[in-house]
Amino acid sequence: MSELKLEELLIHEIAGLLSGSGHIACGVLSPIPGAAAMLTARREGAKVFIIGCDLPEFRCDGGVELFDQAGQGRVDAFFLSGGQIDGKANINLHGVGDYPTMDVRWSGAFGSAYLYYLVPKVILFRLEHSRRVFPETVDFISSPGVSDGGLHRPGGPHALVTNLCVFRFDRERARFRLASLHPGVSLEEVRDNTGFAFDAPESPAETAMPSPDDLALIRGEIATMLANPYPKFADRIFGVKAAA
Amino acid sequence: MVELLPSPDDLAARVPDGAMVAIAKEPLSPTALARALIRRGARDLHLVTVPTATYVADLLIGAGCVETVETSGVSLGEFGPAPRFSAAVKSGAVSIKDSTCPAVYAALQAGEKGQPFAPIRGLIGSDVFAKRDDYMTMPNPYDPADEVAILPALRPDIALIHADLADAHGNIWVGGRHELKMLAHAAHRTIATVEEVIDCDLRDDPAKAPNLIGSLYVDAVAPATGGAWPIAAPGRYSVDEDHLAAYARLAKDDAAFADYVRDQVFGAQSLEFRAAE
Repeated sequence: MSELKLEELLIHEIAGLLSGSGHIACGVLSPIPGAAAMLTARREGAKVFIIGCDLPEFRCDGGVELFDQAGQGRVDAFFLSGGQIDGKANINLHGVGDYPTMDVRWSGAFGSAYLYYLVPKVILFRLEHSRRVFPETVDFISSPGVSDGGLHRPGGPHALVTNLCVFRFDRERARFRLASLHPGVSLEEVRDNTGFAFDAPESPAETAMPSPDDLALIRGEIATMLANPYPKFADRIFGVKAAA
Repeated sequence: MVELLPSPDDLAARVPDGAMVAIAKEPLSPTALARALIRRGARDLHLVTVPTATYVADLLIGAGCVETVETSGVSLGEFGPAPRFSAAVKSGAVSIKDSTCPAVYAALQAGEKGQPFAPIRGLIGSDVFAKRDDYMTMPNPYDPADEVAILPALRPDIALIHADLADAHGNIWVGGRHELKMLAHAAHRTIATVEEVIDCDLRDDPAKAPNLIGSLYVDAVAPATGGAWPIAAPGRYSVDEDHLAAYARLAKDDAAFADYVRDQVFGAQSLEFRAAE
């Protein structure tokens, strides 16, 4: 079996974080979370919805239904990212500098200023672990990590998965705690590249390796399924071409 | 009575400067209609994206048609950031009203029902909410400890739609895109390009009848084969990846973008020009 790729490690790790979620939604530009959701679907029977995907198994009705489902509590897990994510899990999808004529302007909030509040298990995912991406405080709060006690907020951040490590988020303390380091990564490397303070155990665990069965599933059935919603990713990582 | 017009340019003539126009997210972006608006020299549009947009919004903004963009997000999707949108927001050339996807839907739903406003979960505590002076909070009247965000109803002047089919009566088939029906219902009027106008009554087809924008909402329709290109029209053509990748590169540069508009909107390389050949 060929060497484990970072993408495969992350797919397996995120699938573990998703365990127990009956209904998982993800965006059409999120191939690694999408693959993780598919793996959870195969292992546990979770339903998976991929925004914008036209495969019947993953399709949702129009654009509105996902948000209605989240409002009712029918979506258990979702993924968000950010141009910046800070130590209180505030995410910034808008840009850098003073709003509105920012120095750098990004896309905008998409559904985050709603789904982050309502989906119980939101997994933050970003493959560029740097002080630029993870500052102490974001320039613009597209969606806040935590809210005042009175607000109806069943949802929020559960974990932050990067190319270096996995953090879990403590909503009571509004603070990240290192959960595991990917193979070959040191705690110092994570601290050097993180702009916010976080808690860490003295000797952090290593991110778990997929079992041979899981890896075979990822490289086989999951890779093939991925080729429809995520053709470029499936080709680049697994060499699987989309069916014509 | 719905008017069947010869071309997207005839439709664009119906869109006055300063109008609030709304465009739904891809696929089936009304790109032929957008090119026609640029050729018409449309100005000061208030562009509402339902709830997000890609190439079509970037093109209209870059071509100077838009004064205000009201959006939950503009990007080129897998082709990266939307260069003209980002540049125009940074420079202040367009004013921005940021929102979040379900808020746009909720405001349109209030609009289609003729209600004054919509309550919505989430939003409170975000800078998206803080920067919108028309977004407010109120206590849930049935549970006053429960503070909710409220949004004014959204009723665009004109919904700009590209769809697969229309019939001779002006009924437009939107398939599973139910939010296109919502958009047409909320807007004061709808103008649409379609891949094909067919000589039948779509209401006679029980599979299609539930998925129509009824002609009541529609002002005018024009045929535009390839009217979503380079965006996909499912069942007809897929996204033109090479073109969008090239656009993403060119649109970063002012002069290259101006050349792009000259060639692809006004020039001999434009889809409309080639179709007319």
